[in-house]
Order: sequence, then structure tokens, then C-alpha cells
Amino acid sequence: MNSLPKWADVVLVPLISLILAALVSALVLLAIGQSPMQALTVMVKGALMSPQGWGYTLYYATSFIFTGLAVTVAYHAGLFNIGAEGQAQLGGLGVALCCLMLPWPHWSLALIGAMVAAAVFGAAWAAVPAYLQAKRGSHIVITTIMFNYIAAALMIWLLVDFLRPPTSMDPASARFPATVSLPHFHQLPFISDFFLRYTPDGQVRLNPAGEPMYQKVPANISFFLAILACVGTWVLLWHTRLGYMIRAFGKSEKAARYAGISAVKITIVTMLISGALAGLMAINNVMGQAERLLQNSAEGAGFIGIAVALMGRNHPVGVFLAAILFGFLYQGGAALGLETTIPIELRIVVQGLVILFTGALDQMVRMMLGFAFRARRA
Amino acid sequence: MDYATFLQLLDTTLRLATPLLFACLAGLYSERAGIFDIGLEGKMLMGAMCAGTVAYLTGSVWLGALAAIVGSLLFALVHGLASITFRGNQLISGVALNFVASGITVLVALALFGQGGRTPPLEGGARMGEVTLPFADALRSVPIIGPLYADVISGHPLLVYVGIALVPATWWLLYRTRFGLRLRAVGENPASVDTAGVSVARLRFAAVLIAGILCGLAGAYMATGLQAGFGREMTAGRGYIALAALIFAKWRPWHALWACLLFGFFQSLALRPDVLQSVGLRVPVPVLDALPYILTVIVLAGLVGKAVPPRAGGEPYVKER
Repeated sequence: MNSLPKWADVVLVPLISLILAALVSALVLLAIGQSPMQALTVMVKGALMSPQGWGYTLYYATSFIFTGLAVTVAYHAGLFNIGAEGQAQLGGLGVALCCLMLPWPHWSLALIGAMVAAAVFGAAWAAVPAYLQAKRGSHIVITTIMFNYIAAALMIWLLVDFLRPPTSMDPASARFPATVSLPHFHQLPFISDFFLRYTPDGQVRLNPAGEPMYQKVPANISFFLAILACVGTWVLLWHTRLGYMIRAFGKSEKAARYAGISAVKITIVTMLISGALAGLMAINNVMGQAERLLQNSAEGAGFIGIAVALMGRNHPVGVFLAAILFGFLYQGGAALGLETTIPIELRIVVQGLVILFTGALDQMVRMMLGFAFRARRA
Repeated sequence: MDYATFLQLLDTTLRLATPLLFACLAGLYSERAGIFDIGLEGKMLMGAMCAGTVAYLTGSVWLGALAAIVGSLLFALVHGLASITFRGNQLISGVALNFVASGITVLVALALFGQGGRTPPLEGGARMGEVTLPFADALRSVPIIGPLYADVISGHPLLVYVGIALVPATWWLLYRTRFGLRLRAVGENPASVDTAGVSVARLRFAAVLIAGILCGLAGAYMATGLQAGFGREMTAGRGYIALAALIFAKWRPWHALWACLLFGFFQSLALRPDVLQSVGLRVPVPVLDALPYILTVIVLAGLVGKAVPPRAGGEPYVKER
């Protein structure tokens, strides 16, 4: 059964799962009378063929890296964290409170404060399910699902009754002050050159003051923090004592207990780290992009984290690549909604299929590959 | 709050509890057989879309219900394939199918009708008619009991009564038949069933398919009975509330009925904020929305007796070699 070479398990299994998901999506498109090729062309063009497209793709990818890492860390301890969505929403609450309540002199200080707040709020939301799993043995999947719904209700309540400015009708907080605005890609040195605007004859477009003009993109400095989080997660899981305990516990709870690893401690600590990572996503979407707290701020990124972690084989490098892929899918899907009659919901179908093939039907893919390898050897 | 308002609340409770009850019983069969089913929500949504679409196109609500069962069964089959045949992760499979359903229902509804992912409103024979129970009008004038019988108990779509009848039926099937004994055994200790010479895979597939049928009916009721047509994301987390009710009921049929009625009551209260205000309670609507989930967490925390799931739940069965 597990006779596949390691490289095939790491590279081929996710790749074939992805191709299967793409094929099924193509069949769905054909069934509703659309052209899969046209869809792919529009998606590639909208997400990858322009600096602006990349600005959005990387913005989405940043969020997905954080939630993907959150699911990954929990996975290594044998815990399936479906609650990244709720944890990310609470992270957004932390960011909003931090940005609105405190007078920050500069965005860099505000970023540090917001990161702490996002991580603490996200971790706090994961703490109760973690405690119940560790002490009461109640299934973490069920409790984190419940906490997603409780988070959604909590956010509506807080936004409508407390955080909404008295003059406003929509359930959203006030805008953050301009001083906490994070630098976006078109404002960063070196990178900004990619986002210059050009006149039709190829000249850099200038504003009346004679300065070059840039295309505004949502990708911001959080992208680099996400990369740091990947490195940090890798170090944590494979180069620290805690990481060793997490992985040992995930591989065999009995063996880990026998080796003196406390099940309660590992479960709770792992979920706190996982929740903190999910919460950190909020510096990208709430602080970096919306600059106020909206209802449903996470927009499903917590769930995409599941797909990203599964697709990335629960390794930070894989998570990074899978997050870019899903960033492409999201930006490409938005382009579909704008330029074609193909509904934007196609990306949810693809997301579900990727989760299905990489997470639940992976044995089927392995069996298929196993046949192929055995046939070659024979 | 007067008696008439109270009756209205009960009436809405019964209507809102029915889809929960179907989904909850679906989960009960599946989980009692050892297959976790997070995908109740997706199957319901699929059922609702198929029911709305076919009922509109054919004008027949029963063809719609049949289509709902077929659509939901399709998803149940994939879930069975992933979690029984290929021994995949049942939780991930359920989550995945929920996403697929959430997207595909909108894709199909948009492609067919182009009305923002809704089916056109259903009318006449395409809607589930209300059943008037015998003597409802004759008894209406009897004080207290009369209005209760005529307005709350009578006058619902047929599936409401089917759902309630399914509770004793499920109890009988699970606890009084050979099939039920084996079904429960396969969720607790599949090896013993296997030793007795009964196919674990076949029993589990049977349970998963029963769950598919029930979820399809839940969806059909949502689209043709509760509302007049399918709308995007119309199940709105009911699959998860049903899951919560199942845990709240500790995987037992009669308790499932009470749990669904309780959660249905919360939902009907959330629709009528004026009722709570009239009795001097100022409960924010989001708190009512979150109550089923909060209660489930409390149950899971073991504060109201311990909720022990079927022992082999979530574990694929590997035959000894």
C-alpha cells in the first residue's frame, strides 16, 4: 500500500489530486455550458499576467499562508482545526481594538501591537476547544465548528451594538487612523517599480506634482511576515524540543505519553499556536486591506487553510506554494466573475474538490499511483 | 405574551425543527454506524437545489422531492466511497463535500435560471401543500386545546408529520430489529460484526445512504415546504445545528426530537424579537442564533452528563489479515 517512493508521495500525490480536481471542475463547467479553456485563460490572465493581478494573488496568498500554517501545526499534533475561520475573525477583533483604542505614533509600532493582539485573540478563541479536547475529550472538530458559529454571532453583536460608529448603518467598525496604515507593495522601495503606471506610449505616468503614479494593490508588508511565519513554523516543528513533542504526540499518543509528554499540555499549547497563527491573518486583511473591521472579515480564508495545508502536505514550503496556488484561484475566480458569465462560486467548488481529493480520497490517488509504479517495475 | 402569540411561536418551532430533525436523524444513522458526517449541510443544500429546480421545471413537488433524494444520495455515495471504500478521513470528506455543494448549487441554479442563484418562486402543485388533520376545524372552538390542535398541530406540509413519525420508526429500527443491532454494533465494534460474518462495508454504506435520503428530504422540505424555492446558502448552517442537536441528544432518536424542537424554538424566537421584549428580556438576536452552539459546547464539556460518541466513530475499518 505505502510502497510509493517518498518523492512520489510528496510531489505526485498532491499534483494528481490537483489535476483530478481541475478535471472534475472542467466537467462541471461543461455541464453548465461553459468553456473550461476560456475559464483557465481568463483566470491566468486576471491573476498572473499583470502586476495588479499579482498584487491581488499575493494578498490572498498571505491570508492563506497564515491559516494554512494554523491547520498544519494542529495537524502535526493529530488535531484537525476547522476553527481557523473563527480564530481569524477574533484576530480581526484584536487588531481592530488595538488600532482604534491606542494612539499609535507610527505604523511599525502599531504593527507589532496589532500582531500581539491578533495572536492573543486568535489563541484565546482556540483555547476553549483545546481545553475541552485535552481535559474532557470532546472532539476538537465539533467544538471548533461550534466556535466558528459562536464567533460569527459574537462579531455581529459587537459590531452592531458596540463598534459601529453612531452615524453609520452598516455593521462595521470605524476606520482606523491613517497612521496605522501598512505599506502596500506599491509603496515599498524596489517592489513599487513593478506597479508603476504607464501611458499608452510607454512613458511612466506622472501626477501633477511630477511624481510617478502607481497601481494600488492590496498586497502589503504582511506578505513578508507570512514568509517569516513559514520559516518560524518550520523551525518550531522540526528544530525545537516542543516541535518534536508535538510531532511525537501526533504520530502516537500512547508512545508520547510513555515518553513523558503531557497530552494535556501538548494539545493546549499546539492549539494556542494554531489559533495565534490563524489570528495573525488579520494583520493582512483587516489592518492591511480593509483598515476597519467588517462583518465576516475572514471571508472563508480559515476554511481555505484546510485545503492549503492538505495540498501542501502539512509542510511550510508546501503551504507557501499551495497558498500561492489558492491566491491564484481566488484572484482568477474574481476575474471570472468580472469578465465572463462563469459564476465566482466556481472557486468554492475547486476548493472543495481539492480538499476532497487531497484529504479524503488520497488513498485512492495513492492506489492509482501504486498500480502505476508496480506496473513499471514488473 | 398572550396565548395566540405563544401558539404562533410553537407553530414556527415545528416548521423550523423539521429540517433539523431530518438532518439530525440522518446523522444519527450515519454516526451510529461509525461514519462521522460533517456533510449534512452540503447534502441538505444539494437536496434543496434539486427539489427547487425539478419542482419548478415539472410543476410537481413529489418529483422535486425525488430529485432531492437523488442529489443528496450522490453526495452520500461520494462520502461513502471516501470514508468506507478508500478509508479516507471522514471529517475532511464531509467538510470538502460541504464546500462542493455550496458552490455547485449556485453554479447550477445560475446556469438554469440566472436569477442570482435562486430558483423562480414555486407555486401551486410545485409547493408542498398543507395537510389539515381530521376534525381540525370542528375542534377549533374548544378552549385552549382547540386552537393548539387546529393551528399548531394541524396544517403543516406532509414532511413535518413524516419527520415526527420517523422518530419512533428510527427507534424501532435501531433497537428492535436485527439490522439495527448490527448497525449499532458496527459503530461500536466493527470487528465483532465482521467476525459474525456480516459485511461491515455494506452495513456502513446502508447507513450512509439512509443519511443521504433523509438529508435529501430535509432539503426538499426547505425548498418546497418551508420556503417557496431554492435560494443560495438557504440551509444557513442548519446541517451543523443538526449535528449539534445530535450530540445534545447523545445519539438517541427520541432525544434527537426534543433537541431539534428546542433548537427550532430558539430559531423561532430569533425571528420574533418582540416576544422576548414583551416579557422584559433584552436578549440580542445574535445570542439566540448562537444558543444551539453554546449549548452544544456546554454538553460537550460534560456539564450536563457526558456525551459519548459511538466508539468506532471516525475510524475506517481495516479487516485483519
